[in-house]
Amino acid sequence: MDRDRAALNRLPRWLVPALAALPVMGLGVFFAWPLGTLLARVVRPSSVVDALRTPGLGGVLWFTLWQAVASTVLTLVAGFAPAYLLARYRFAGRRALMALVTVPFMLPTVVVGAAFLALLPQSWHGTGRAVVLAHVFFNIAVVVRLVGALWAVLPADLTAAARTLGAARAQVLRHVVLPLLRPALWAAATVVFLFTFTAFGTVRLLGGAANPTLEVEIARRATQLGDVDGAAVLSVLQLVALATVVWWSSRWQRRAAVPFDAPVGARRARSRNERRLLLFGAGATAAVMATPLLVMVSRSFRLGGAWSLRGWRTLSTAEVRPGLSLGVDPLASLTASLRFALVAATVAVVAGGLAAFAITSAHRHGRWLDVGLMLPLGTSAVTIGLGLLITFDSAPFDWRAEWWLIPVGHALVATPFVVRALLPVLRSIPADQRAAAAVLGASPLRAWWAIDVRRLAGPLLGSAGLAAAISLGEFGATTFLTRAGRDTMPIAIARLLARTGEVPRAQGFALATVLLVATATVIVLADRRGVLDVGRA
Amino acid sequence: MSVVRRSRRRSIRRPIAVGLALALVATIAACGDDSSPSTDPAAITLVAYDSFPKADTPLNEALAEFTANTGIAVSVVSAGDTGTMVTKAALTAGNPEGDVMWGVDNTWLSAALDGTIFDGDPAQVDFGDVCLNYDIAWFAERSLAPPATLDDLLLPEYADLLVVQNPGSSSPGLAFLLATVAEYGPDGWQSYWTALRDNGVEVVDSWDIAYYERFSGAAGSDGPKPLVVSYASSPPAEVLFADPPRNDAPTGVVPATCFRQVEYAGVLRGTDHPTEAGQLLEFLQSQRFQQELPLTLFVYPIDPATPLPDAFTQFSVIADNPYTVEPAVIAANREQWQDQWTEIVLR
Repeated sequence: MDRDRAALNRLPRWLVPALAALPVMGLGVFFAWPLGTLLARVVRPSSVVDALRTPGLGGVLWFTLWQAVASTVLTLVAGFAPAYLLARYRFAGRRALMALVTVPFMLPTVVVGAAFLALLPQSWHGTGRAVVLAHVFFNIAVVVRLVGALWAVLPADLTAAARTLGAARAQVLRHVVLPLLRPALWAAATVVFLFTFTAFGTVRLLGGAANPTLEVEIARRATQLGDVDGAAVLSVLQLVALATVVWWSSRWQRRAAVPFDAPVGARRARSRNERRLLLFGAGATAAVMATPLLVMVSRSFRLGGAWSLRGWRTLSTAEVRPGLSLGVDPLASLTASLRFALVAATVAVVAGGLAAFAITSAHRHGRWLDVGLMLPLGTSAVTIGLGLLITFDSAPFDWRAEWWLIPVGHALVATPFVVRALLPVLRSIPADQRAAAAVLGASPLRAWWAIDVRRLAGPLLGSAGLAAAISLGEFGATTFLTRAGRDTMPIAIARLLARTGEVPRAQGFALATVLLVATATVIVLADRRGVLDVGRA
Repeated sequence: MSVVRRSRRRSIRRPIAVGLALALVATIAACGDDSSPSTDPAAITLVAYDSFPKADTPLNEALAEFTANTGIAVSVVSAGDTGTMVTKAALTAGNPEGDVMWGVDNTWLSAALDGTIFDGDPAQVDFGDVCLNYDIAWFAERSLAPPATLDDLLLPEYADLLVVQNPGSSSPGLAFLLATVAEYGPDGWQSYWTALRDNGVEVVDSWDIAYYERFSGAAGSDGPKPLVVSYASSPPAEVLFADPPRNDAPTGVVPATCFRQVEYAGVLRGTDHPTEAGQLLEFLQSQRFQQELPLTLFVYPIDPATPLPDAFTQFSVIADNPYTVEPAVIAANREQWQDQWTEIVLR
């Protein structure tokens, strides 16, 4: 009987390779090949020994690991309640709150990090705990969105049944909700771990000089010492460590995935207690997330110790004052960034969407692609940048300083998020829906299209928005590419903030505010069709 | 039942989706058109660090004049900070990303001089000093004279007042370390830094954190430290970019602490346009181009005959005897000095 049903639903053999072809090729051309070329070119056996003997490497590894573990655990804990509220309740300002929680993750750390630093007490400056706290703030979006996406489709009747059978709230949470959420919890933990293990900006801003991570050390070797082979060796060390973690955790994400039917989605708060809980939870989340952003925005209005619009008045021209120009045209960088974001989102959604379908359709072997697509997140941006530089350096493939390398780089970063957003939803589609379609006469391909693809329409649009937002705020990968033409917004902001003088600085924060608004708008638009409403399909 | 009904509705929408996809592809293709590289033989590329403007400044106007006079079009590309730019140049030596490179300074020069990166010798194009900056008002309020030398920084009255950058990650941080190496010798700077650490020097990772978050002198900043490592051109920039405009600088420079960074430009080995590249290199040294440097890059023109803007002569000084260290000595010791410094100051 089981075998018959499987046969009925068997998809054509060519489907998985056909789906996987594009993402695999992209990953090969823009990640594996450049990285391989760089390693082959610079690494000698002696450089491995030298790099591993670097004085203080043990300390660097230890700091990298403990802050990543601590940050991941604390981010999961802190993100749990907001994830619940945003996934299960419908209330005024829900989308705005979701955008507020998401924006810090998307904005370049250089920008929000400085405001965050200003809020910390003196004794926290340059400490590991400041880094961990900042990581919770920046990455809480990952937990809220990934866990929330699954929580939104958990059937309420399961918990209701458990309550009816006499389970206490804590028991329901432990024995029903947590096991069902496990795939999303693992997915979120993996992403946060990847991001915090490879942290660069937060560590440089808040950790002080005494606490480098492996990523900071790699960048120092490549850009301050000219020691590319040492950087490449350390970057492989980092990649192997993270690939192991991702491989191991992807097992858990799959194993724990349970399909269920008839999601109920969010509802309004009913009792007074619920309303109070909602008000308090949403209010506290909004206050914590908004404060550093408000500090950042307020800096764009502060000049000479007074309130002023000066930083905003010249945003549309590169001239800071008549005859004085630093060559940064703030609003032109907005146009450039939006253009890059459109391309990056398209590439990321096509590649990520195809990959997500391939991963779920391929069952066991899908893990290879899943893990492979995560690897760029665990690879030092400087290594990929230098790899691209020496791989595509002769006609007709002289791609150096090509404008489209920037959105392709952004898409490398955004694609795993598209996949992460889609996988739990795809895996939660019950097989018997496909069986029902088959019984009603649909071919397996037709059933796959009608059920899997259709269910994904909303999340796909939502993840396109996420990818666009990631592209808008992307800084790390962009800086290591050689760039012609207009600066992206984060680069323009960094250039303004790196100059002496009040007006450029205020202008930098004004442009950061524009970036904040642009990113938040994209997120709100994306959430109209995205994860928030998946349950209502 | 519902599955089949919904899927039919979907299939009606499919042409719309295909149409949208095609429109998007067309948009992306259109995006590419205006950026495709020119194959004109008289078009060359200037590779520079990130703060060199690609458009919209008097520097670019000067480059446009060069194009008008010679027919050689110049496009500027950003290659990262100076260290990243030099690393990239070393990796692509012989098959460079452009034709001329701007901005290799003497802390990097040795790596660029082993004969693989440049065709011929690079030329000096500008200089800038990294010096101690102080908050004028802070010292005036306390009737305390600001420190005048590196030695002064060890005095108890200047305890806990100084913030510097990590030489492992910041260019001015490295310059300041090199100033102490030049003053106290390759075997003496370690004990100076031990004493400086004991006198409460604060270390941060980057110039902007030091200057804007920790230093008290930057206009609008409420940082706690009245002494910072910054540039000789910082006080003029404070005046030029102040709002409302001001006639005096909030910060001053201590000339006896300055380390001189000299920047070079050169023709990249392997260029397809050596003649045009040579012409551009010559133009970069001309007074027409040099006179625009102070107010755009906030560095000093290499030719002392080039007139300086008023703000530069009024609010800054050019140190008479700045510290320097030979590029080859820097290259040979950079990593070891950084590691030693980390051991002494941070551990």
